[in-house]
Amino acid sequence: MVEFFFGFFAIMILFCSVMVVMSRNAIHSVLWMLVMFFHVAGVYLMLNAEFLAATQIIVYAGAILVLFLFVIMLLNLREEMNIEQLIDGWPAGLSLAVAMLVVLILALGSFSVKPWGQWSIEVVEKTTQTKALGKVLYTEYLLPFEIASLVLLVAIIGAVVLAKKKLKS
Amino acid sequence: MDITIIKPILPEIVMAALACVVLILELFIHKKETIGVFAILAVAAVSYVIPQSFGSAFNGMFISDGYSVFFKFIFFINLILAVLISIRYLKIERSEFGEYYSLMMFATLGMMIMASATDLIVLYLGLELMALSTYILAGFIRHDRRSNEAALKYFFLGAFSSAILLYGITMIYALTGTTNILAIASQLQGKMTTQLILAIVFLVVAFGFKIALAPFHMWTPDVYEGAPTSITAFMSVGPKAAAFAALGRVFTTGLIDFAPDWRGILIALSILTMAVGNILAIQQSNIKRMLAYSSIAHAGYAVIGVIAGGAEGLSAMMNYLFIYAFMNIGAFAVVIMLRVEGVKGEELEHYRGLAKTHPLAAVLMLIFMFSLTGIPPTGGFIGKFYLFKAAVGAGYAWLAVVAVVFSVISAYFYLRVVMYMYMHEPEGEPAALATSTPLGLALLITTIMVIVLGVYPSPFLAFARLAIG
Repeated sequence: MVEFFFGFFAIMILFCSVMVVMSRNAIHSVLWMLVMFFHVAGVYLMLNAEFLAATQIIVYAGAILVLFLFVIMLLNLREEMNIEQLIDGWPAGLSLAVAMLVVLILALGSFSVKPWGQWSIEVVEKTTQTKALGKVLYTEYLLPFEIASLVLLVAIIGAVVLAKKKLKS
Repeated sequence: MDITIIKPILPEIVMAALACVVLILELFIHKKETIGVFAILAVAAVSYVIPQSFGSAFNGMFISDGYSVFFKFIFFINLILAVLISIRYLKIERSEFGEYYSLMMFATLGMMIMASATDLIVLYLGLELMALSTYILAGFIRHDRRSNEAALKYFFLGAFSSAILLYGITMIYALTGTTNILAIASQLQGKMTTQLILAIVFLVVAFGFKIALAPFHMWTPDVYEGAPTSITAFMSVGPKAAAFAALGRVFTTGLIDFAPDWRGILIALSILTMAVGNILAIQQSNIKRMLAYSSIAHAGYAVIGVIAGGAEGLSAMMNYLFIYAFMNIGAFAVVIMLRVEGVKGEELEHYRGLAKTHPLAAVLMLIFMFSLTGIPPTGGFIGKFYLFKAAVGAGYAWLAVVAVVFSVISAYFYLRVVMYMYMHEPEGEPAALATSTPLGLALLITTIMVIVLGVYPSPFLAFARLAIG
């Protein structure tokens, strides 16, 4: 049963990702991405990561994609829709991607499944993932968490400086 | 609360706090150069807490050791010099905003975190903090299309390289179950797998992008040319040194057992980088573009230090970056001086007959060009000498010979600038110079240091050796 659902989600994620790249209409691309994000959330759920699944939907599907849609609608991309081929070098990109896929498949063999550290599947199941994540994030990973907040601060400063500041003439 | 547990990270905390203070000061202070001065004072405050910071914190995620402290001093020098050369330049470019200085401080903070990180997640976040700040700084002259282009290109390719770095990190995590750089070595137990090779390749690509190793250097000329010149100077030294710090830390501690594997990759990239940097620099007529290719070439030399490895190689690499900071920012300071109202001053043509019209500027440029070529008695010579000595000592004499050959090629384009200044007659209107006290101070510091490092380098060399321990 688990394998079936995983297979379904995996195939859907791949299919949607390809459609994101292939769609001529930018709005269709974004909507395909939305579908993909839902399926990624599904994979998270199967991994007992309900918090990640919820954030995936709220943050990515909810906030970021809506922003994407706004931007695309503001841009008015009617002319771009008629362009036969957006990128000229796609065969090179495709062959590179295929080569990468082959290498990754070859490397798959050296993955090994082992339970690591104190957060085994059973422990996470018992404490629930939200609680476990919160605990780890605010104790063991406090430093990365704080640095991430600085990264966000810089992003905000950047947005203000680049978009909002009046130019001196 | 026990304050001693956060002692190792105190310099970073002070830097973060002062960067926020500088950000707020922008609201109240109208003379923006005051903010620049404050940024320099902040560096002084941070350096003051550094001596007490030695130790490890956050479960071994973060360490303050000689290695990281040495790099932090390079970042501080980079920040101070970049602020000094920015003050007048920003006015000329009409982009005088206080956020500029605080973003520079945040970028420096990111570099400090990278140098001190002993955990791959912390390393990644430090890199991202540094990169995000520099993307914004590269596009700081908003009304200039080239600056916009530089920021956008840097951002897209930078995001790509971050993704590759994360890919590498996840692979290492999948293999070892840890992101701690020290624990990685003990978990891997020297066992080579296909996946590990991939992880190493990804890490080399990601760091290579930040260092601008060929063939991941494509962004460098465009970004360096388009970005504000002061920022070009800033990012040709700081982020590069930070990526070198991370490369050295990850490869010579976490992945030291696989040195024969990554050494081969780095040797190939180093030779390619020296070739691409030095040969393409010859065709450039824009001095910022030429210095961009020159910075690619210098990255190729510095990688030799990592390849040679050991205390000898790493300290040679650190020294080289230390010296490079002075000579490169010095050269950019002269370039900035030629940028006056209405004249870009970036073309080689602008240097025609500079020795006649502005002898002092010409002499300074001469010193920096000599140093970048590696001609004694300048610092550049000492840097290269110890780098090549380390290579010979580690049994890579042939690589040192290759590097020397490329250094000779590099003389062509560095000395061409000198030739334009001294052998050509000035044409048309004599070029004006935009001098100012801070810029003069930056030039004074860089010139003195380039010469002192060339004539009497032993205290600095000893410092680097001591830092390695």
